Amino acid sequence: MTGFLLRRTLLAVPLLLGVATIVFSLIHLIPGDPVEVMLGAGAGAADISGLRHRLGLDRPLLLQYADFMVRLLRGDLGISLRYQDPVGALLAERYPATLLLASCSMILALLLAIPAGVSAALRPGGLADRLTSVASALALSLPSFWLGPLLILVFAIRLDLLPVSGMDSPAAVLLPAFTLALSLAALLTRLLRASLLEESGANYLRAARSRGLSRVGAAVRHALRNALAPVLTVAALQLGSLLTGAILTETIFAWPGLGRLLIQAIAHRDYPLVQGCVLLIAATYVAVNLAADLLHVLLDPRAAAR
Amino acid sequence: MSLGRRPALGVGAALLLGLALAGVAAPWIAPYPPEQQDLGNRLTDPDAAHPLGRDDLGRDLLSRAIWGARISLLTGVVVVLISGVAGVLIGSLAGLAGGALDACVVGVIDLLLSFPGVLLAIALVAVLGSHLANLILALCLIGWVGYARLARTLVLGLKGRPFFEAALSAGSRPGRLLVTHLLPNLLGPVLVQASLGLGAVILAEAGLSFLGLGVPPPAPSWGSMLRAGSQNLLDAPRLAIVPGAAIFLAVLGANLVGEALAERLDPARRAEGVFL
Repeated sequence: MTGFLLRRTLLAVPLLLGVATIVFSLIHLIPGDPVEVMLGAGAGAADISGLRHRLGLDRPLLLQYADFMVRLLRGDLGISLRYQDPVGALLAERYPATLLLASCSMILALLLAIPAGVSAALRPGGLADRLTSVASALALSLPSFWLGPLLILVFAIRLDLLPVSGMDSPAAVLLPAFTLALSLAALLTRLLRASLLEESGANYLRAARSRGLSRVGAAVRHALRNALAPVLTVAALQLGSLLTGAILTETIFAWPGLGRLLIQAIAHRDYPLVQGCVLLIAATYVAVNLAADLLHVLLDPRAAAR
Repeated sequence: MSLGRRPALGVGAALLLGLALAGVAAPWIAPYPPEQQDLGNRLTDPDAAHPLGRDDLGRDLLSRAIWGARISLLTGVVVVLISGVAGVLIGSLAGLAGGALDACVVGVIDLLLSFPGVLLAIALVAVLGSHLANLILALCLIGWVGYARLARTLVLGLKGRPFFEAALSAGSRPGRLLVTHLLPNLLGPVLVQASLGLGAVILAEAGLSFLGLGVPPPAPSWGSMLRAGSQNLLDAPRLAIVPGAAIFLAVLGANLVGEALAERLDPARRAEGVFL
């Protein structure tokens, strides 16, 4: 198992290198002169050549790449054109808000999925199962950027129960977290149901029932623990998807996280900041996937052999 | 497991077909041109002449929703076709050839899969500019990977089967092997991936347009209509409700068809969710 853990961790290094290379290439994909695009139509020749020099774009491509990688290793992501602050500092300021939103969404998704998955699996084909099936099919097709405005309309505007946007109060996380969590909850519900049904014929459950434990008791006290292992692994994998989903959710609810910062940076053609946001989200995604793989092996050591 | 196999396929196909017909027939069935403004009648409520009312520029909401079907579904179909064909060809060639070509393709697939797809699409459109062609290009660049991985895995499995070895020993050339023996065997799983992929692409196009990175205004895209509608939630919530419902129904249709096909053609497969 140690060999697997080491191999899997080392595999993340070339992936991170590839992610950094893609992020470096972004600025060179801009059609025309990237500096003129960043500064807009009214920029003077001195401004253009100054920014070109500051960004290092007047140097050979290979040198630019080497410089980008060296600066990256030192944690230097350049200076934001709009804020005139180091990109690293801006990211550090916004990152916790995105992590908070993603964590709250994950907890909410599990809180919704576990009772729904258990009740569906207890009586396959029954009313609860059919209701859960229809609800999860609908939730998986529901665009978060439609659900979000609808929740604002009902709970913030019409009922005036929750804040419309921002993160000024603890209650402000509820609507964005629910918006982000719903489709994940649907996916985890389906997985848990299938996983519980796979466990349903196991001898240890028969033994538990023969000792007089009810069906619900046996499912919750015994089967759930085993059935949760694959669900938790998928949940950990999906944490990365929540980070990209957060780009839309943060924009809808004006949540001051990385996703909103990215969209604002794109709108202002602040490409160093765009690069920083993309790099941090992608690196977190790689790290989360690595952690999920490691968690999977810890929960089920047979996976390392496979 | 799902909504029940046959009803799910029927409902999904009916939704997709209905929206596709609306998109194709848009020039004849939409009551008004989608970009025709009437600034004197902004945000007016529904009436007989405008059953869904007018938007913030006095444009007929029903006409724009109908025309939106054309952009969303056409983008979805074009992206699925291009990325499907490219992915299947690249993946099956890599699986068939093996060696350095295969290792190279696997490296690219692993790299692109390690990068969140939607984030890559956002980054590409951000640098290339908001335009339908750039959006399609970005979605194809992230879309082919799934098909390539699927095709490669299937081809590697098929290579060990007796019919393949028999054809090989009978002297079939690799190109002929691919066309006559391998591709027909890939059709079922690829079809499943394509129908689930259609929903994901429709969602991604609408999501990017919602962020202002897709189809630029005044073109009637459901995503950009929803973006404008979200800014008028207080005065006219229907401006957000109508395009959002259209996206939801299109994605639901594609997902229902995909899941029903998955159960029939590819029972081992589990439908994957899309988080946008």
